[in-house]
Amino acid sequence: MSKSRGHGSDNKTEWSESTLDPVLKRFGERKESFETASGIVEDILYTPEERDGFDYEDSLGYPGEYPYTRGVQPTMYRGRLWTMRQYAGLASPEESNRRYRYLLEQGQTGLSVAFDLPTQTGYDSDHPMAQGEIGRTGVPISSLADMEALFEGIPLDRVSTSMTINATASILLALYIAVAKKQGVGAERLNGTIQNDILKEYIARGTYIYPPTPSMRLVTDTFAYCSDHVPRWNTISISGYHMAEAGATAAQELAFTFSNAIAYVRAAVDAGLDVDSFAPRLSFFFVAQSHLFEEVAKFRAARRMWAKIMRERFGAESPRSWTCRFHTQTAGVTLTAQQPDNNVIRTTVQALAAILGGTQSLHVNSKDEALALPTEESVQLSLRTQQVLAYEMGVADTVDPLAGSYYVESLTDQLERRAFEYIERIGEMGGALSALDRGYQIQEIHESAFRHQRQVESEERVVVGVNRFQSPTPPIERLQAIERAETERQLARLASVKRDRDDSAARATLARLEDVARGSENTMPAILEAVEAYATLGEISDVFRGVFGEQREFSPF
Amino acid sequence: MSTRHPIRVLVAKPGLDGHDRGAKIIARALRDAGMEVIYTGIRQTPQMIVEAALQEDVDVIGLSILSGAHLELFPQILDGLSANEMDDVPVVAGGIIPESDRSALEALGVRAVYGPGTSTAEIVGCVERLAEERPS
Repeated sequence: MSKSRGHGSDNKTEWSESTLDPVLKRFGERKESFETASGIVEDILYTPEERDGFDYEDSLGYPGEYPYTRGVQPTMYRGRLWTMRQYAGLASPEESNRRYRYLLEQGQTGLSVAFDLPTQTGYDSDHPMAQGEIGRTGVPISSLADMEALFEGIPLDRVSTSMTINATASILLALYIAVAKKQGVGAERLNGTIQNDILKEYIARGTYIYPPTPSMRLVTDTFAYCSDHVPRWNTISISGYHMAEAGATAAQELAFTFSNAIAYVRAAVDAGLDVDSFAPRLSFFFVAQSHLFEEVAKFRAARRMWAKIMRERFGAESPRSWTCRFHTQTAGVTLTAQQPDNNVIRTTVQALAAILGGTQSLHVNSKDEALALPTEESVQLSLRTQQVLAYEMGVADTVDPLAGSYYVESLTDQLERRAFEYIERIGEMGGALSALDRGYQIQEIHESAFRHQRQVESEERVVVGVNRFQSPTPPIERLQAIERAETERQLARLASVKRDRDDSAARATLARLEDVARGSENTMPAILEAVEAYATLGEISDVFRGVFGEQREFSPF
Repeated sequence: MSTRHPIRVLVAKPGLDGHDRGAKIIARALRDAGMEVIYTGIRQTPQMIVEAALQEDVDVIGLSILSGAHLELFPQILDGLSANEMDDVPVVAGGIIPESDRSALEALGVRAVYGPGTSTAEIVGCVERLAEERPS
């Protein structure tokens, strides 16, 4: 008997029986089951019934207060918008410097440096392994001279700079401090971030050099050094992004990121640091994938999880140690080479998820990135996407706007539960490093990636322009090219650095660094001395290679 | 028609990039299709790839690269193969390779270049065809 006229149902079961079922019997649903990307089964409707036992103060609370589900600051975007930070770097320091100045002129509010692969893996531009790779995925930096050219005319006391750098993070941080010093800016005034998250490199991204134990020491050395000398610097950006790009679901992204985070905190505490001395400078980096509501839920769950982990597991006492501050980037894997204009729509909705989820900074991918580094024009469109969302759409007017949605709260709870289950499993294996030894995270991520591929190929998952709604796409007219002349300029500068420096002074700093590496002293001061003597990134990395050895790939497939 | 069964394929990642999601999916799909797959892992130099192809006596080589270094690295791989009298081993490529570079790679002797969005079935079919066509 339909209740649609007059008095409605008293509860969900009654509604289901009286109103829903007759319709389902006649028409059915368009899919057998509805699931998020993490495999959370989505109900047709969420009601207050699913919120039974829900305690507002306990699970949500207020922004700027434990457990931070609603946001890390009380005002959020009403006080200050997120930092618009487009990841950029290409060809040469000069070319990248030009791109940064352009982005700053266009209203970007922070810098984000992409390095080429030789820089990330500890090779100078003149090393045989660097061949073909110079300036391809970012800017090449071999010595202080390159870093000076990169930040020429950019006052380092007035920008915040995020650097996506891991195995060689301490070297790049030292170079940044050295350039600032030359500009007359003290390290204590520097704002920025080094990614410095080596564990996810072993799991997904691949730019590791040394084995985990000495790598973890380099990481904790930066924690200790920055807490004394560069107090405003984010010493690490613990990243789920790359694991998600490799295939991890939202729940896996949360779980593996926080398992790694737990390993860093544990290592620093074991190295003798007080948790509240470094924890406030830990930051995070997540993807904004395409399931809008699951992603918003993920960001909210992340804040609540980290607050609990730091307070309950590590006994951190400073509220600043409890806050999960994060950068977000839209999902590179969702960009399609087919009908590339569609990517603008994808990245806009992904960016919206990040904003509704309360991100601290944001990068929006460009439509041409399934094929090459983005052109200046397409990067401008990405920045404009952020600006339109920030200024025109009303989405930054109130804090955590989706809170209280029966659906979003349910997803938030489920993601948290699933992620904590994974973390527990990894804990039982002995933590992130032991799990990595067994290839656990790598295998889990591969399974998710393979499942995703199967779903796309069976059209269970629709990708517009790829497996449905195809139309011939003319190739993109103009892609970003890397000019040979820029590579030549880079190689020439490196040659002149090696020729013109005080070579014995440079060698002496490397010898001193080797002593430090063999002992247990903090490596940062010796690295800083070396870069200031124009010892190169490759030479410094070679010292560490000699002392620490090199890591082979974990769990080759 | 002297194709040995099963087909042996080398899936290799030249260059420094660690993006191995695609390579691993391809390797698994080829394996599921009954082939013997040797996956090199990341950060392989051209010499390492040629050596692996030689030692493993493969029928087809698949190269996956996303760093943009293909125009520098692929010629070295193909030269290395030909120096070792392995010209007849077909090479296919995939990853982030702009349309405009395809003709250059094909001129080098790369038999097929697959971009983002290609189905594994298409790649399995291509590898089977190339292995069949290979002169004995």
